[in-house]
Amino acid sequence: MAIAQKTPIPEPKVVVAEFSKEQELSAYRTMLTIRRFEEKAGQMYGMGLIGGFCHLYIGQEAVVVGIQMTLKPGDQVITGYRDHGHMIATGMDLKGIMAELTGRAHGYSKGKGGSMHMFSVEKGFYGGHGIVAAQVPLGTGLGFADRYRGTDNLSVTYFGDGAANQGQVYESFNMASLWKLPVIYVIENNRYAMGTAITRSSAEVNLSRRGLSFNIPGDQVDGMDVRAVNAAGEKAAQWCRSGKGPYILEMLTYRYRGHSMSDPAKYRTREEVDEIRTHHDPIDMARQRILEKKFANEEALKKIDAEIRDQVNQAAEFATHDPEPDPSELYTDVYR
Amino acid sequence: MPTEVLMPALSPTMEKGNLAKWLKKEGDKIKSGDVIAEIETDKATMEVEAADEGTLGKILVPEGTADVAVNTPIAVILGEGEDKGAIKAIKPSQESAPPVKAQKQEAKTQDTPAPKPSKAPEAPVQHIASDPDIPEGTEMVTMTMREALRDAMAEEMRRDKDVFVMGEEVAEYQGAYKVTQGLLQEFGANRVIDTPITEHGFAGLGIGAGLAGLKPVIEFMTFNFAMQAMDQLINSAAKTLYMSGGQMGCQIVFRGPNGAAARVAAQHSQDYAAWYSNIPGLKVIAPSTAADAKGLLKAAIRDPNPVIFLENEILYGHSSPVPKLDDFVLPIGKAKIVRQGNDVTIVSWAMGMTYALKAAEELASEGIDAEVIDLRTIRPMDTETIVASVQKTGRAVTVEEGWQQSGVGAEIAARIMEHAFDYLDAPVARVAGKDVPMPYAANLEKLALPSVAEVIEAAKAVCYR
Repeated sequence: MAIAQKTPIPEPKVVVAEFSKEQELSAYRTMLTIRRFEEKAGQMYGMGLIGGFCHLYIGQEAVVVGIQMTLKPGDQVITGYRDHGHMIATGMDLKGIMAELTGRAHGYSKGKGGSMHMFSVEKGFYGGHGIVAAQVPLGTGLGFADRYRGTDNLSVTYFGDGAANQGQVYESFNMASLWKLPVIYVIENNRYAMGTAITRSSAEVNLSRRGLSFNIPGDQVDGMDVRAVNAAGEKAAQWCRSGKGPYILEMLTYRYRGHSMSDPAKYRTREEVDEIRTHHDPIDMARQRILEKKFANEEALKKIDAEIRDQVNQAAEFATHDPEPDPSELYTDVYR
Repeated sequence: MPTEVLMPALSPTMEKGNLAKWLKKEGDKIKSGDVIAEIETDKATMEVEAADEGTLGKILVPEGTADVAVNTPIAVILGEGEDKGAIKAIKPSQESAPPVKAQKQEAKTQDTPAPKPSKAPEAPVQHIASDPDIPEGTEMVTMTMREALRDAMAEEMRRDKDVFVMGEEVAEYQGAYKVTQGLLQEFGANRVIDTPITEHGFAGLGIGAGLAGLKPVIEFMTFNFAMQAMDQLINSAAKTLYMSGGQMGCQIVFRGPNGAAARVAAQHSQDYAAWYSNIPGLKVIAPSTAADAKGLLKAAIRDPNPVIFLENEILYGHSSPVPKLDDFVLPIGKAKIVRQGNDVTIVSWAMGMTYALKAAEELASEGIDAEVIDLRTIRPMDTETIVASVQKTGRAVTVEEGWQQSGVGAEIAARIMEHAFDYLDAPVARVAGKDVPMPYAANLEKLALPSVAEVIEAAKAVCYR
């Protein structure tokens, strides 16, 4: 079978709405926080402080940040196992996330969940799910609850290009469309399902079309541009909130690191990664815009960078010194 | 301050690796994210990315070095304005640093109040209340299990608007087995919802609604089809509460007929009691009478945990008395002694009870006084009631339609062995479904299922008669 070496560079498909100064700076700050947090998590994994599987979000930051900016209180967010970015975007505490990564008592799940299994009822974050695509019916159920209660809230259900080939995704699409459930399905297409390029796994690589036979509209979006993501998110959210049913947003994005920490990523070339990092990095692009539009100067950005590094370091420090869960926690939380 | 680059752990199991190649040399400028070296692990060659910016000040471990332990400093990166002299400043501490493993351990004892030499703590013992007293003079209404189940759902839906029923043919069709008859008319299409044939999807959707705080009752047309949804039932419903540290759970009931009906062959005739009872985080109920079905389904709907409620197609049509009370709720996890006796304990549940009770009658006529326990709940299992009975009778027989290997009977036998070994006068006997897929032919099907005769034979055997 032919093996595709290269998959196309994303091209913007949605009109980019310009950001205000506040939006631009806020998005920059959150994206950079995710980036620094993930770099730190990678280091701590390397030091043996974080165990098991650890899937980093580096490169995909614009997706969650752009979408989160369109949400309002009561909206729900759910995703798979590459979930640190989503948690940070929903406003979850860095210390709690990092302490869960290190398996400590004050992690979000008291150290019982780890990287792939964290939740925050308060922030509307419904996990953190380890089985590829299992979050898709669950997220559809969150949207069902919104409709059942008659609110105008919605569920943002994230999954990847790999999950997009699971049957339960289409079972969910069918019910969501049939019952007009307010669900934005955000497909984070980072081109590789672990080591399998999308062209090797998918008969239809334009994933925004995957809802067509269920009458679900979809857009392909430049997921490296936080403004494009936000504009697409606004459009989809409006659609869902007005009772028209679900919407699919395919985010063309890219992960710089391997699938997980133990993935050498030999299925793609260094050049491919460098090309994206150099020309399409969501954070560099935001930084450039901020400077060009004089929303902030180098000095001010350096200050933001330093603040973020400081927060991340504090989280790492906390997660390193927080005690492991007490043995008595072994039997708690099985039932309530 | 110069920063040390440490030998990274690159997989969940890596302890050491080979430093295959340096891609930067001393004096090179480095940006965060630059690949500086290649490391061979037991599984693959991995790239090491710099996490800091600066200049590669010194390479501490030359390329080609094998078996470099994780966390060994392999290079030093100098920050802005620092020169090589700064490396010396950190060298002494480095040289005196204990080997990685010890260092890690030390860090642990310092930072983490180390738990005492680990032995798992005792599992908590749950105390489960007895059945509520039924007031003297309460009217008993004879009804089918089908009607009792319907009434239970209707009562709970009247009581709590977050309760809804979802499944294939539950609304317009009035239930494939007519268990949801009339619910659509009373509660409307928003709360009684017909799904497409999509078990994996609607099980997951129901769990999602449960995570959001609703209280779904999900009907599987039969539990045979729930295998399509197994991942959601186990990985999402049963485990999320634990994985979230108690923050997010799911109040949900999965119900429907389980086990053999009649002449529907292997794919439609499996008893799943043992499967679900294996899973911590689930509760598993399997009633045999209309009253238990009603009281336990009401309890299941109110229980904040995911509950698997195993019904039986043949029992749907069986009638028995149900107390006419405004709110008849039974405790989950409590077995019921339905026949007192002194010679042998027969433990069963659901359809198995029909064999057990008939056998007990015949045994009585032969002078063997059997005590019959209806387990009612498979998980949590009421060990106490079983053990107390066996302590009295000294003999036990389990009866189930499911297969013997790793079956519920095996679990009951193990618990009796653990808690009442000294009281046993004979090995525990198990009557179970034969170790074959369910055959279609009427005679073979009959042979594959347990029978009254087999229960009698087993009871006599443990009584040495």
